Amino acid sequence: MFEDFKILYHQGKQYIPDLTTVEVPGIFRGRPVITNENVDENLLIDMCPTMAISTNPVSIDLGKCTFCGECSFAFPSKIQFTKDYKISSNIRERLIVKAGDTGFVELDAEKIRKEIKKIFGGSLKLRQVSAAGDNSCELELNATGNVNFDVGRFGIEFVASPRHADGIVITGPISENMAEPLQICYDATPAPKIIILAGTDAISGGIFAGSKALNRSFLDKYPIDLYVPGNPVHPLTFINGVLSLLGKGKK
Amino acid sequence: MNYSVLKNNQRVQFASIPVIAYESFIETISGMLEDKNNHCVNFFGFPSDNKVKLICCIASDTESCIHVTSTNVETGSSLPSATAHNLSFEKFEREIHENFGIKYTDHPWLKPVRYPFYRNDKSQNISNYPFYSIESEELHEVGVGPIHAGIIEPGHFRFLCNGEQILHLEIQLGYQHRGIEPLFIEKKKLNERVTLAENIAGDTVVGHTTAFTNLWESLCDYTPTPDLKFNRTLALEHERIAIHTGDLSAICTDIAYQLGSSVYGRLRTPVINYFQKWCGNRLAKSLIRPGKTNFPFTKELAKEWFKTFEDYDPDFQEMSKRLFDLPSALARLERTGVVSAETATNIGMVGMAARASGLLRDIRQTHPHDFYQEIGYDPVLQTTGDVYARINIRMEEIIESMDYMVDLINHMPDPARKHPAMSAPIPDSFVVSLVEGWRGEICHTAITDDKGDLLIYKIKDPSYHNWLALALAVRNNDISDFPICNKSFGLSYCGHDL
Repeated sequence: MFEDFKILYHQGKQYIPDLTTVEVPGIFRGRPVITNENVDENLLIDMCPTMAISTNPVSIDLGKCTFCGECSFAFPSKIQFTKDYKISSNIRERLIVKAGDTGFVELDAEKIRKEIKKIFGGSLKLRQVSAAGDNSCELELNATGNVNFDVGRFGIEFVASPRHADGIVITGPISENMAEPLQICYDATPAPKIIILAGTDAISGGIFAGSKALNRSFLDKYPIDLYVPGNPVHPLTFINGVLSLLGKGKK
Repeated sequence: MNYSVLKNNQRVQFASIPVIAYESFIETISGMLEDKNNHCVNFFGFPSDNKVKLICCIASDTESCIHVTSTNVETGSSLPSATAHNLSFEKFEREIHENFGIKYTDHPWLKPVRYPFYRNDKSQNISNYPFYSIESEELHEVGVGPIHAGIIEPGHFRFLCNGEQILHLEIQLGYQHRGIEPLFIEKKKLNERVTLAENIAGDTVVGHTTAFTNLWESLCDYTPTPDLKFNRTLALEHERIAIHTGDLSAICTDIAYQLGSSVYGRLRTPVINYFQKWCGNRLAKSLIRPGKTNFPFTKELAKEWFKTFEDYDPDFQEMSKRLFDLPSALARLERTGVVSAETATNIGMVGMAARASGLLRDIRQTHPHDFYQEIGYDPVLQTTGDVYARINIRMEEIIESMDYMVDLINHMPDPARKHPAMSAPIPDSFVVSLVEGWRGEICHTAITDDKGDLLIYKIKDPSYHNWLALALAVRNNDISDFPICNKSFGLSYCGHDL
């Protein structure tokens, strides 16, 4: 017992006090800022592995971006990634950052279903479904519950069964072989329920878009409540996205 | 000569690999495996002139080389199997059967591997797979998955139990199949392909991307500068520390040891955050690139690394001493899920799990690439082959990797002023690239056509060998010990399903 107290004492306080304002360490690539400078746009489009960049005006779709940063290395005065990790939205189009944009990526509060805040505001239990996810988003979603991020402090928690859940969090591009289990899991979740897409692969298919092994028809059937970009999603991106969805996020 | 002899990452003309009759092919490859220092690193087929070309790569761990031979067979033909001679071929031949309909007449069980979209028999699909069952009033079945209780990847486990005891476990995978191998051929840009490599298994980003990068550079006859090789070696060892630490946390969770779960879990945070400081991504995506790096390792990063591990080391040692002295923890780990050295050899186990059973399988020592020759690598071996050994080896390897990294950083090469430009892959080439990821041996194999385009890209994650080991390890164990057995192997679903 004394040994355990010693360990606890040596660990000190590990939790991040304010998850909405903390700065990420190092050179995190979050929301990009694109200038109006003229560059060889064909070259720019060509270098993106997932066709996330389009022109007129130059824009980056965070739902397709793998955040590899190649474009900003080639054209540093055109594209820079900021450390802003709050890049989730409930509106797919809002993930597209255009040249000259200076605003944040935000949720459209008007479009959030009214019952979400009312019913899930105090407690949100989620069932995670990895549908051909590569285990990177899965690792990061697990990390949201560790002693550093401790998302449980907001009443947000991942649960073992869809029957206990208020919604599902999908990672991965959704393989044909996972299409049916995903549907069964969704059907087993009691209504009202939400759907969150976590990570580039889930939002757009990412580098796997167009693969014959995928079946993304599930996404055509239901409205998506939250898109959380990232490759993988950073725990802070996920937590802040969900807090905003619940109307808890500070600006 | 019935076979070619290659080094790890050595490019040869594809045409120089002997094509021999099927009978001598089977005789050659199964003959080689009679020497226990040889093991099969890859064995696959692909369509070629209305036939199926089979290629088998057998690595010799004593001679640091890979023996490669090939044969042509008819699609859908009935053939004797290599598995009948050596069990470690079983999954490779199941895959060849699944993809090309080749019927192996004496294969013990042609169970589907992953239900790929290009499978030969499309009438079979993953939802109607008939699991192996035994009729008895005494026995019951337990089905788990594909979606599991935690936040992990999908796969189905079907237990046949006698009371609490597991009689038999059947594992069915394939849910994670994304068609990644054909995508390597379809996508033509290098940046697309390296992104694919990063997404083969998101917990082994450095391992798979290094395998791809080394292979690609060999295809292009490109010699990377020392700083690039240094970065890859350093990143591989750092990834090992990060994932091993996370796994120690997970195993503590599974034995309901809250303190260990929390402490190891939080200890992983600064390790993966270090990757973010280095390359902007906690799991090292974007760090490794063929012929270049966007993130050179600087003196400041070296200082930061020492600072990170100055803090990590005492906390890690203190926690590990506590865990491995704790009778209630050891009672769960010791003699649970045993894989004997004999079984490990028979089924061709690789990596950390093989070393926990006393089988020396480690590419860093036997087929060194990048800076592993310079490190003077000495593998950690255990003998008991139980959950304890597979957990303890992680703790030992973390300590060892820290030492190697200190040594590497103290001898870091100067960053190259400029990395030479890279040309296109050379036509008609064949390369095998082996890397020891944290789980074990990763093998990427590529063949280029007469224009230098990729003709075949073949990936083998260590999990491909080791899933069978898990199924065998849990026999006669209590079903309540399954989670810790599973976690002790820490296998990849997506790396297997591709």
